[in-house]
Amino acid sequence: MNDRALIVTRDVEDAIRRHGEATYPHECCGALVGRDGRVTATVALPNTTEEGPRRRFLVRPSDYREAERRSSELGGELLGFYHSHPDHPARPSQYDLDHAWPTFAYIIVAVANKSSHDMTVWYLKEDRSSFEEGTLNHGEDSHSNAAPAVHG
Amino acid sequence: MAKILIPTPLRPYTDKQDAVDVAGATVGELLADLTRKHSGLKGHLYNEQGKLRSFVNIYVNDEDIRYLQHEKTPVAADDTVSIIPSVAGGAPAVTEAPTLSNDEVKRYSRHLIMPEVGMEGQRKLKAASVLCIGAGGLGSPVAMYLAAAGVGRLGIVDFDVVDFSNLQRQILHGTPDVGRSKLASAKDRLNALNPEIQIDTYETALSSQNALKLFEPYDVIVDGTDNFPTRYLVNDACVLLGKPNAYGSIFRFEGQASVFGAKDGPCYRCLYPEPPPPGLVPSCAEGGVLGVLPGIIGVIQATETIKLILGVGEPLVGRFLIFDALRMKFRELKLRKDPECPVCGTHPTVTHLIDYEQFCGVMPAAPEPAVVSNATEITSLELKARLDRGDKLKIVDVREPNEWQICRIPGAVLIPLGDVPRRYHELDPNDELIMQCRSGVRSAKAADFLRSVGFTKVLNLKGGILDWIDKVDPSQPKY
Repeated sequence: MNDRALIVTRDVEDAIRRHGEATYPHECCGALVGRDGRVTATVALPNTTEEGPRRRFLVRPSDYREAERRSSELGGELLGFYHSHPDHPARPSQYDLDHAWPTFAYIIVAVANKSSHDMTVWYLKEDRSSFEEGTLNHGEDSHSNAAPAVHG
Repeated sequence: MAKILIPTPLRPYTDKQDAVDVAGATVGELLADLTRKHSGLKGHLYNEQGKLRSFVNIYVNDEDIRYLQHEKTPVAADDTVSIIPSVAGGAPAVTEAPTLSNDEVKRYSRHLIMPEVGMEGQRKLKAASVLCIGAGGLGSPVAMYLAAAGVGRLGIVDFDVVDFSNLQRQILHGTPDVGRSKLASAKDRLNALNPEIQIDTYETALSSQNALKLFEPYDVIVDGTDNFPTRYLVNDACVLLGKPNAYGSIFRFEGQASVFGAKDGPCYRCLYPEPPPPGLVPSCAEGGVLGVLPGIIGVIQATETIKLILGVGEPLVGRFLIFDALRMKFRELKLRKDPECPVCGTHPTVTHLIDYEQFCGVMPAAPEPAVVSNATEITSLELKARLDRGDKLKIVDVREPNEWQICRIPGAVLIPLGDVPRRYHELDPNDELIMQCRSGVRSAKAADFLRSVGFTKVLNLKGGILDWIDKVDPSQPKY
């Protein structure tokens, strides 16, 4: 556990869970938008992997650009990405590690039998040797319309 | 001078700048200048071999440099260069290919130096699992070549014991293995060939009850069976599970191969919706097989299996290969997926495994001969006793002439099964006839036929000449 903490609003958490359940048994993926360690919106992205979406996700460059653009539109920054692990625990795999970007928050939600379970957040260590688990805190929505779950 | 746009996750390394001015004439030079100025970027952009990481995309204006000249792509002053992430990941999976040890690198070096296999392909083979149905003629070369090639997990289903008559073609087994279980013999041979791989053995007859469970953990199923019920069973189980079936079959001098059950490809039932009438197509035990033939067909099955795992080349999907060893010719038939196919069509009627013995018209082996058989069968010992008593019996051997040359019962006449319908007039209905073949199957058919045309005194020699040699005349060779 490192000292990094990420706050997600209830709406954001629900949006991630719903997305993971909707795409089960395939992996879902999307971007986390917010500011100062607080995620206030998600952008659902298409899983474009060609290696089998039950075990892989891929956000292609054009969708990454779109995620950056939507982040600015929503008045936030791109804080990281989320994806689901269908029928697997919410722990990062070697493949996650091999493909991780620094500084981003990686939220993983475990989905079993169409219902979501554990949700965790991870950060890549500076030397790329492993992930460190962060703390996922639940925050209330700061104002009523601040957490739109955007499905793009 | 040009500008490189920096994506969000890398800005902590560029003093929070979203664009950095760098010098150079090509993408490679610009990136070198960038990592010189901001050294923290290097480990995230490049891997240990100094290559750009696969998820790092460099665009010049709107074009990925992979479609230009990679890092040699020239850059003009007014071009915009962007670093754009791909974001990838996923659950732990089989495709998380294991790495190779130094010993394995040596062992597979002739694969590794081919770009179509390479380190990535060899790791795929190591991660792959294949189930061979049968450790016989086809299963031998299949299992041996797949083991040698480094398929990480090899399963074998068989319940038989090695017999002398297997050794002419089943190269997994040797003379000292006669009498051993085929699985034990196969495991020793394959372990000696490649101790790096995992070998799972299943000493059981494949059935509708166990097929799905046995197939489930494997990526590819290789059908090396020699009978129709199992062939349909393997086909249907593969279709139901969505697993490819590397199919092969052999008879005398002719072999067949195809890949069934692949995604969007036809299955065995698209070709043969119904089995042939029982007895029409003889098995290798009845009709014989050229010993090298399973080598040729099995190696085709192994080749297709490896291609499926590597994802290279054109798989034998939708194509049916027929090999004629006497003419040394391959023919290829086009196969289409039949939309009406009962198992893989658009409205399948077979949605679970059925009773394949019944489907193929093969009666399940009766627990013990039924009461009626008392009147239709005779044992070797009874026959010997009656001959010794001087009873007037006519023994009719319905095997083929070449089998007749191996061994025979003294006093028998030869009328091959196929000739019986036009030659039965040579037989006298007043004689008591003893029908005989190798094991008692063909002669039972001949006996049925004779009864159907009015013969009443017809007995079938139970267990055929094999039983006769066991019980009465051990001086003759068995085959």
